[in-house]
Amino acid sequence: MANLSRADVEHVAHLARLGLTEDESARLEGQLNHILDQYTVLTKLDTEHIPPTAQTIELANILREDVVQPSLSADEALANAPERSDTGHFVVPAILGGGEGGA
Amino acid sequence: MADLTRLNAHEMAELLRRGGVSSQALTEAHLVVAERQNHALNAWLAIYRVDALAQAAAADRRIAEARHEGPAALAALHPLCGVPVALKDLVAVKGGQATAGSKILAGYIAPFDSTVVARLRSAGAVILGKTNMDEFAMGSSTEHSAYGPTANPWDLARVPGGSSGGSAAAVAAYNTPLGIGTDTGGSIRQPASLCGIVGMKPTYGRVSRYGIVAFASSLDQIGPFARDARDAAALLHAVSGRDERDATSAPVPVPAELLALPASDDEAASYLEGRRLALPREYFVEGMEPGVAARVREAVAAMEAAGASVEEVSLPHTDYGLATYYIIAPAECSSNLARYDGVKYGHADRSSGEFIADYLKTRGAGFGPEVKRRIMLGTYALSAGYYDAYYLKAQKVRTLIKADFDAVWAAGFDAICAPTSPSVAFPFGAKMADPVAMYLADACTLPVNMAGLPGVSIPAGLSDGLPVGLQIIGAPWSELSMLRLARAYEGITARAPWRDLEPAELHLTDDPNTPSPIERMERLGGAPVAGPGGQA
Repeated sequence: MANLSRADVEHVAHLARLGLTEDESARLEGQLNHILDQYTVLTKLDTEHIPPTAQTIELANILREDVVQPSLSADEALANAPERSDTGHFVVPAILGGGEGGA
Repeated sequence: MADLTRLNAHEMAELLRRGGVSSQALTEAHLVVAERQNHALNAWLAIYRVDALAQAAAADRRIAEARHEGPAALAALHPLCGVPVALKDLVAVKGGQATAGSKILAGYIAPFDSTVVARLRSAGAVILGKTNMDEFAMGSSTEHSAYGPTANPWDLARVPGGSSGGSAAAVAAYNTPLGIGTDTGGSIRQPASLCGIVGMKPTYGRVSRYGIVAFASSLDQIGPFARDARDAAALLHAVSGRDERDATSAPVPVPAELLALPASDDEAASYLEGRRLALPREYFVEGMEPGVAARVREAVAAMEAAGASVEEVSLPHTDYGLATYYIIAPAECSSNLARYDGVKYGHADRSSGEFIADYLKTRGAGFGPEVKRRIMLGTYALSAGYYDAYYLKAQKVRTLIKADFDAVWAAGFDAICAPTSPSVAFPFGAKMADPVAMYLADACTLPVNMAGLPGVSIPAGLSDGLPVGLQIIGAPWSELSMLRLARAYEGITARAPWRDLEPAELHLTDDPNTPSPIERMERLGGAPVAGPGGQA
């Protein structure tokens, strides 16, 4: 079905926001193509009229009452943050203005 | 007194109620063994000595009060009250680590209890600590843990299976009578098989996943490890049931009979009378070790001799399972793991000061090779132009795989019997060079996840001195029947010589000169690991 090139590997890595070393990209090119080869078995099956299955138990629209319940305090929610402000916010690098933006 | 760690959970429960032992003594006995053996096994990433003993003291008070109140109060206590349990290190325990076997979650401290933990606390169970696992539950050997692999107590140069290998090895090595794992494609059943214990993946929706690190959300399910069917049933009972915090947990009643599996072997065996068992021919083909196939066929023959009827059936889409699973699971993981962005928690590299560059560095350094492979596969399968060919196609084949199982239930069978794993425990390094070889370790378990069914792996003897697992698969919500069948098989094999065997290299785990699994991997030229997990 597919033959993933080195450029494809680098494109997918960028989509997934994975920084890969040269070695990793080279190894993944071989491994991913080997794994994708296993997928070709699926082309033998005619599935044109088969509906997809996304989950196996037939539950739908599970809702709870819209009432306030206890949740984490701001301090608790921020406790694991790599960087936080004194005003109780997560600190992140600027995503607007210059660079690639938050595509 | 005999070694307390050799008791099973239901024997501990009885002893605790009689006042024959305290939970504190029981917990201390397990902590000592777990601490002593961890060098050789690396089953634990954290051992909660102080908290466990405090929980044990609280359990002792509960039991004493109940005894004071009378027999009804004592009987109302959950059988897990005062009994130790291990948790896979992706289950949130308030104030404790949850690394999911990954460097990217090193240092994370959970600010809340998962529902599984809340339910264990309410039952009075004692949480001993957190166990090792393949990173983000992706793997079949624990070799993909960032904290080094776990050894199999049957042969310390071999893997315990995975991804819940730490919990499985800890239960097999008598570090704990009970353990919690998660199973996305076999991660409870396969390590249970390789370690010679009982492990169950319940029906999708049976156990709340609130507070569990997610891998593939349409497949993940939490379940029990134990050394016998009665204990597995008691642990399943404690953690099951609808939870408002997990929309995929189903409003299906939890059978109280899970706590009443027969103590008598003969009574247990009588459950086989008239049961209809299906043997799927596609599960006995190429790649299966002859010794594994032989033990499974012998187990099924023994159940037939005890009154069950056995018929061969076909699950014609079995051969498509691997490809289907390795599209769906990576696709879901690539979406779930997008949250590890170094903003709210976890490893963060802010060295470039530029958003995308930091993001790439954070995730590039935080994730290990197998997780990267799966994120890449999933991202590719979901990317523009490939969605129909891969992800949609796989979801359609999933419908066919599920229909294969539905046809077996429609034909009136009570259960499907199959091997759990195509092989016994394999040596460290044996499948690390070829991801597809590792993926094939789950060929017999992953169709069950795709169909959302319950499946239990139980010990069925040895091949070349290593444990073989028999997998019993049922219709949705039939956990009680599956565990009754498992208990029945225990009943008819109670006097089999292999039942008395302990893991063959267990005695070596007490020797400080025994190499650790990390040293064994390094000798094989494996990648260096992140270092030991934290102790609390």
